[in-house]
Amino acid sequence: MCGIVGLFLKDPALEPNLGALLSEMLVSMTDRGPDSAGIALYTQPVQGRAKLTLQSATPDRDFATLEDQFGEVAGGDLHVTVKDTHAVLSVASDRVEAVREAALGLDTVRVLAAGETIEIYKEVGLPREVVERFDIKRMAGTHGIGHTRMATESAVTTLGAHPFSTGADQCLVHNGSLSNHNNLRRVLKQAGMRFETENDSEVAAAYLTRSMAGGRDLGEALTAALDDLDGFFTFVVGTRNGFGVLRDPIACKPAVMAETSQYVAFGSEYRALVGLPDIDNARVWEPEPASVYFWDRSATAGKAMAA
Amino acid sequence: MSYRNPPTPPRKSATFDDASLAEIRRAAETGIYDIRGGGTKRKVPHFDDLLFLGASMSRYPLEGYRERCDTSVTLGTRFAKKPIQLKIPVTIAGMSFGALSGNAKEALGRGATLAGTSTTTGDGGMTDEERGHSDTLVYQYLPSRYGMNPKDLRRADAIEIVIGQGAKPGGGGMLLGQKISDRVAEMRTLPKGIDQRSACRHPDWTGPDDLEIKILELREITDWEKPIYIKVGGARPYYDTALAVKAGADVVVLDGMQGGTAATQDVFIEHVGQPILACIRPAVQALQDLGMHRKVQLIVSGGIRTGADVAKALALGADAVAIGTAALVAIGDNDPQWEAEYNKLGSTAGAYDDWHEGMDPAGITTQDPALAARLDPVRAGRRLANYLKVMTLEAQTIARACGHNHLHNLEPEDICALTIEAAAMARVPLAGTAWIPGQAAF
Amino acid sequence: MPEFDLASAPLRDLNQALHAIEPGTNDLAFDIRNPRGSHAVAVGCDAPLTVNVHGSVGYYCGGMNAQAAITVRGSAGPGVAENMMSGTVIVEGDASQYAGATGRGGLLVIKGNASSRCGISMKGIDIVVAGNVGHMSAFMAQSGNLVVLGDAGEALGDSIYEAKLFVRGKVKSLGADCEEKEMRPEHVALLENLLERAGMTDARPSEFRRYGSARKLYNFSIDNVDAY
Repeated sequence: MCGIVGLFLKDPALEPNLGALLSEMLVSMTDRGPDSAGIALYTQPVQGRAKLTLQSATPDRDFATLEDQFGEVAGGDLHVTVKDTHAVLSVASDRVEAVREAALGLDTVRVLAAGETIEIYKEVGLPREVVERFDIKRMAGTHGIGHTRMATESAVTTLGAHPFSTGADQCLVHNGSLSNHNNLRRVLKQAGMRFETENDSEVAAAYLTRSMAGGRDLGEALTAALDDLDGFFTFVVGTRNGFGVLRDPIACKPAVMAETSQYVAFGSEYRALVGLPDIDNARVWEPEPASVYFWDRSATAGKAMAA
Repeated sequence: MSYRNPPTPPRKSATFDDASLAEIRRAAETGIYDIRGGGTKRKVPHFDDLLFLGASMSRYPLEGYRERCDTSVTLGTRFAKKPIQLKIPVTIAGMSFGALSGNAKEALGRGATLAGTSTTTGDGGMTDEERGHSDTLVYQYLPSRYGMNPKDLRRADAIEIVIGQGAKPGGGGMLLGQKISDRVAEMRTLPKGIDQRSACRHPDWTGPDDLEIKILELREITDWEKPIYIKVGGARPYYDTALAVKAGADVVVLDGMQGGTAATQDVFIEHVGQPILACIRPAVQALQDLGMHRKVQLIVSGGIRTGADVAKALALGADAVAIGTAALVAIGDNDPQWEAEYNKLGSTAGAYDDWHEGMDPAGITTQDPALAARLDPVRAGRRLANYLKVMTLEAQTIARACGHNHLHNLEPEDICALTIEAAAMARVPLAGTAWIPGQAAF
Repeated sequence: MPEFDLASAPLRDLNQALHAIEPGTNDLAFDIRNPRGSHAVAVGCDAPLTVNVHGSVGYYCGGMNAQAAITVRGSAGPGVAENMMSGTVIVEGDASQYAGATGRGGLLVIKGNASSRCGISMKGIDIVVAGNVGHMSAFMAQSGNLVVLGDAGEALGDSIYEAKLFVRGKVKSLGADCEEKEMRPEHVALLENLLERAGMTDARPSEFRRYGSARKLYNFSIDNVDAY
């Protein structure tokens, strides 16, 4: 059980404040999820570059040798930024897959995200602490999603925190409780997917990844999820160009959206949105159950697909 | 030449036993699931499979009567302005007016008050009679919200948010034939004489994150005075307890599959929810992992019958127990004096469980005035008080034998198990060995 | 006239003050500012107060309200006026899910839209919604009246008992045991009175359809098994 927040900026003037705005939204949801927190931010793209976010419980040891370990695979072009237990590796776009493969082979290091613009930070602890550790407030970007966790049926660990990566520049956060995730996990394992936790949300993320790897786009994958996933869920999925929202047909878990000319925002409670600019004049509404919603930078208006 | 099959003694199947065959026939005849009251009737691992070690060369007992063994318990110390003080660690579990007659509720209130403990309302709301007769009254907050109102919330001594109960964790559905009498219909705002439908989720929240907000609302309405209990059935005791703590509970109430219900589908009672013995240690571990053992109190119920059961539950880490079925038996349920009438109903004393039909010869699980009049609330109240006192004395006797001056000082190391299952569930060694099966994971 | 700024005053102070009304006092009007989505605002009132909330609230605003007239000049989160006993709650914006849940009396007016499960398990409350209501509204509704000037979502009145539903717009689908019912003169009069009390005088009863229980679930029959 949890709190979810999402912010998609339409107005470039707000981009330097993305981290600050998203942090405030996330911290306001602390009561819903005191166990762990995470945030995915989509930063400004740099021509020809891509990046990976790595996590280690022993960063002093593991991150000291990153340049040596991955320098060659990265074609000698590797820039490392360490933030607490995470490290962001900037590489040439055509090297990101190779570096990701190489990193997957490491025992104590996890790849949390890979893509042109995405960075993911997540840790055990209160949202206030997590945003401090990774200096989120000073980060800029175009859009982001965040999550505060109250663990239900699995342990409180770093890897159990959301967002979960579902592919390049894609990630998922979840509020709710799935009921057929154990069976689904077995099926997905057979299909070759890797799991780090016993977490139901990780299964949802893997399900979407696999669905899209099989040729569906995100909208189709989310629509198929309505049939294949059992239980209660509100999903917010971060994508390269925006975000998607899906509520299950029963729709007991809360979801509030707000839109102005400057942004589209999502929160589990209205409280998460009150710090946003001009919120008093925003259009505030709740997404319908069993309907896929998208906001995409390539089109300025949001579109909803009824499933 | 003809072959004659030699006769063999007829042999019934263990799988298709008489009870199973009868049930198949009944289902084929009626087209509806079987509904009954009570908890599981199957034999499951229980406190009988545990033994206390007692006193010996290394452990010295306390003298009975002269050397104190305290039995008091305080519930709701975490957040409530007015925690509840009980003289004994045995409470009366939630049972509704509607399931029980007014006289039965009065008897429970009288008996509990004499013994210095609490009673609990049920799925029908609070009656003036119960509030009047019970010194300490816990008010249940259920998915149905029948009769729910702020005045009763404020005159309660504690509030128990019911997520589930041991007989039917997650239960709902049609409750056939639980005929609604006029008074019950009025209290529940329902038409008279209909078959009851039961909601399985709360109407205005789902999940511990939203429950946290609901608890805030209830505390604000009652000015933070009352302890808030959260009651769950025997589903996922470790996580359920952890989430109850995180949602803000003062007390967790855990009800195993032996816990009774007024009426629900037999398949639910027998096949959903774990025995209480399997629930206590995981729940206590969750409290310990969160640093909340004894700060958030744990009440366990489901098949508590004697002071030995009380002592064992406390030794495993509970702060108190609740009794339902046992309390009803104490005041006269299923008593052999009505055997002829039980026979007419197709049953026998000790087996009668069609409480929803409202024809209880003992006058307890009925609204029929003539039957209900058979129960004298004052006498029945004294019987309950006697029984509660006996349970307390028995628990004290055991605790003293283990060298304790307070029931709360009983610990798992005072116990051993007679079977491997009980050893694994209670996480105590198999008698005569140092072996605790299954210690790796919970 | 007591004023509470929830940006600086704790919620506890507000609700404590609302519960501590001296009999015979004239200080019955409360102004609440900067609620900013706070939960449990003005819950458990039990006096003829006038409470003005300037802004949007979170969950359970006006919960278990008795006698007070509460106005939310903004939107309300889930469970507004839940279990209300009497009095009125007016929401000028939209209401989230479970609006008026298990309400036993009083009047809840929503000038915007209500979300899913509006009037769930209602037990005597009157609810009037100027906009739409979402899916599963009036689920297991026992008594009281729900009036919707806009549209209703899926499964309206599923498992309904004796509550009365009046909808002017489209009903996406009816729930189990809910059917359209005849509008007789007594229903017209009832509806007229509800609209008037809610201040929605430009809607006419003739524009509405009535829905209620088909009463087939009242006593079990194996032939209805699909509805269970």
